[in-house]
Amino acid sequence: MSWYLTLPLVIPFAAAITAYLMRRSHLGRWVSIIGSSLGLAASIALMIVVLDQGVVAGQMGNWPAPFGITLVADLLSAVMVLITAITGFAVAIYALGDITERQEELGYHALFQILLAGVTGAFLTGDLFNLYVWFEVMLIASFGLLILNGGKEQIDGGVKYVALNLISTILFLTGIGLLYGMTGTLNFADLALKVEGVENQGLLTVVAMMFMVAFGVKAAVFPLFFWLPAAYHTPSFAVSAVFAGLLTKVGVYALIRMFTMVFDHDIGFTHTVLLWVACFTMVIGVLGAAAQSDFRKILSFHIISQIGYMILGLALMTPLALMGAVFYLVHHIIVKANLFLIAGIAKRLTGGTEVYQIGGLYKSAPFLAILFLIPAFSLAGFPPLSGFWAKYIIVKATLDVEMWFVAFIALAVGLMTIYSMTKIWAEAFWKPHPKGIEPELKTLPNKAAQLIPVAGLAVLTIIIGLNPEPFVIFAERTTAQLLDPSPYIAAVLGVTP
Amino acid sequence: MEQLLSVLIGVLVASAVYLMLSRNLLRFLFGLILLSNAANLTIFVAGRLTPGAPPLVPDGFDAPIGDVANALPQALVLTAIVIGFGLFAFALVLAFRAYQSLGTLNTDEMRVAEPKENT
Repeated sequence: MSWYLTLPLVIPFAAAITAYLMRRSHLGRWVSIIGSSLGLAASIALMIVVLDQGVVAGQMGNWPAPFGITLVADLLSAVMVLITAITGFAVAIYALGDITERQEELGYHALFQILLAGVTGAFLTGDLFNLYVWFEVMLIASFGLLILNGGKEQIDGGVKYVALNLISTILFLTGIGLLYGMTGTLNFADLALKVEGVENQGLLTVVAMMFMVAFGVKAAVFPLFFWLPAAYHTPSFAVSAVFAGLLTKVGVYALIRMFTMVFDHDIGFTHTVLLWVACFTMVIGVLGAAAQSDFRKILSFHIISQIGYMILGLALMTPLALMGAVFYLVHHIIVKANLFLIAGIAKRLTGGTEVYQIGGLYKSAPFLAILFLIPAFSLAGFPPLSGFWAKYIIVKATLDVEMWFVAFIALAVGLMTIYSMTKIWAEAFWKPHPKGIEPELKTLPNKAAQLIPVAGLAVLTIIIGLNPEPFVIFAERTTAQLLDPSPYIAAVLGVTP
Repeated sequence: MEQLLSVLIGVLVASAVYLMLSRNLLRFLFGLILLSNAANLTIFVAGRLTPGAPPLVPDGFDAPIGDVANALPQALVLTAIVIGFGLFAFALVLAFRAYQSLGTLNTDEMRVAEPKENT
């Protein structure tokens, strides 16, 4: 067993148990921060190992693959684990200023750490059934976080979130059963080799579609996204930030993993479906956002429209497009989590999230206004921020395969994104507060705990934007691994295919 | 045996879908548990059925002799049952709390988080 593969999982679980035992003494918040920082260190170590040695795999319980459970880290897994740890760390600090003592007593920090463990596990596993188990770990923790000490609104959002996610889980499980029946294996690497030998390739496509629907619900693509805007605006801001940053991206990651490695037998069909899904997701998401007036509801619909770009990258399946999808994935997690954290500060300063009923932030808290502008412009794709490069690569890939209309949609959706960001900007920041409140950042309780993570994530966006080259090269190497899984298979099975 | 189980799975899924189309949250959850059982049976059947042959390794051998039952799907199903049970227990409590605080189990009337627009 390799320590660098297990540590990113063991640390959050250990932190969760410790935080749970200390929940009444309110020391859990510090356990959570220490745990997250250790987790961040562990995932940096994992990243260094993967950059140095290529794909690394570990067999749990020393059962050789494909019989036992395999943990694998290629570049995509490693970068997702790293970005999870960064987001987790930022949100753990932010929680100091956001989570109430009552929520701490009910075990917020323990659930938060379990959520991080579930997300990390989903990125690291090399086994389909194990992926299902990590999905469930993540899901049950997110259920808890969503309705923790909740009122009517949280319960109402929770019901829809739970119901639709459970359906997707069952579809996933059925898909696993059928795929196992056809290939006799559940190990990703082994599946990649065995699917070619399946007699009935049509049936394989049917199972591929089951997985597409199951992961599509998790990733919140059109027409399966309805749980997301129903729930994401209800919980605490720290919770919704980590949900917005990470949970849907696990679905996108699973789609990328399965539809590059396992289900690449009928790209003409499956990836055309993905292309349509991607276009509709972009358009419907951004139109939905235009119709909303609640800070977090606007952002929730934007998650959906941005997911469309990532799926578009996967659907085109060219090296450049996949590279764009990977770049987009990383950029989006940072930016989206940051915007939700800012929504929390805005609410505490102005007393609401309904943008027509708040205002005056530009005058009274100009620093927050700048912090909002950075991720908002990045989301819309302004140079020189990270979102510009992400969108640029995707649109370039679309033009390369001469899909003019799809490129037009991608650009038009970017423009529409600016429209709703402008709405937030004009209403919440520029116009004076309707009730004449002039909230200042000074009055914010635990000001540093809330502003430092926001500023930190904003700096990351700027760094990626101003110096994209190393990140692009990294995304290129990641894509090469995705398109040619033989190092992955060799690392897991110990044989060269 | 496979055919019989396939028909059973079909019936379970059909009843589950019927129940899940209901507006009543409790009926929806009952549908969900039927569906999850259908999924478990699917995994079980997908592992091929072999009546009366436990996968036991005799003394002095490394592997069982002859056609024996496939133990892996059973392990998968067991895991899935446990996880499904946990999630279902949570969902039931959530439904109860929803009834307590919202006063209804009719999903059409659950509009607190997404209030209707005043047109």
